[in-house]
Amino acid sequence: MARALINVPRKARRGEIIEIKTLLSHPMETGYRRDNVGNPIPRDIINRFVCIYNGTEVFQADFFPAVAANPFLSFCTVATESGTLEFRWTDDHGNAQTASASIEVE
Amino acid sequence: MEIIQRKSATRRVFLIGAGSSIGCSTFVMRSASATPSSMAAAIREVVGETAVRQGRVKLDIPPLVENGNTVSLNVSVDSPMTELDHVKSIHIFNEKNPQPNVTIFHLTPRVGRARVSTRIRLADSQKVVAIARLSDGSFWYDSADVMVTLAACLEDLR
Repeated sequence: MARALINVPRKARRGEIIEIKTLLSHPMETGYRRDNVGNPIPRDIINRFVCIYNGTEVFQADFFPAVAANPFLSFCTVATESGTLEFRWTDDHGNAQTASASIEVE
Repeated sequence: MEIIQRKSATRRVFLIGAGSSIGCSTFVMRSASATPSSMAAAIREVVGETAVRQGRVKLDIPPLVENGNTVSLNVSVDSPMTELDHVKSIHIFNEKNPQPNVTIFHLTPRVGRARVSTRIRLADSQKVVAIARLSDGSFWYDSADVMVTLAACLEDLR
């Protein structure tokens, strides 16, 4: 399983716009490269990312092979209530990897 | 799309003038190539027949990158991000990679601020275009030219 790094502030004021950074370790194989005997290397990328804040999808991204290896994303969200932020990356085979972070909103 | 083409035409005029004075004719020729059709088709698929206006979107990407395997890209849209007026999605396109699509960000009013950063691959020196779809159905764009010294995608493992 690949490793995910996420950066979410632990505390925030209600209504504050917070920045979230995520990085997933993944080769993002484009499908356009060949191995050392000339066979094409099959495509294997993360094609979807979802951020779920207490059950509500707040941000999604669709990735194509032009996204660099170890896909990095930085985006914002409004700190509405205390709870958990769940992150889900889905690859070409339909396998999902998740990570989560909790946030305290005052 | 018309707007994009018109813009590149004025750019061409400018570059021909600049090129003749400083003598960088190869650069002029490269910039004068029309927007490749695959990118135009991919954009058409998203916007349909709607006019795409320049403005409100700001695409931040280094003008000169050494390694096309990781190019940082930052896109922001001037929008209040309220229920009534927000950015629905931001689409990133490129001209010369094997595929015209790079990424699509789907935003909701809950993000608060329409600003996203990521890292992308570029196979050649080319134009990158960001198109934002707003909740009122309008489309806005910004584009940037990037010079790439070491291209992505082309290297083999052998």
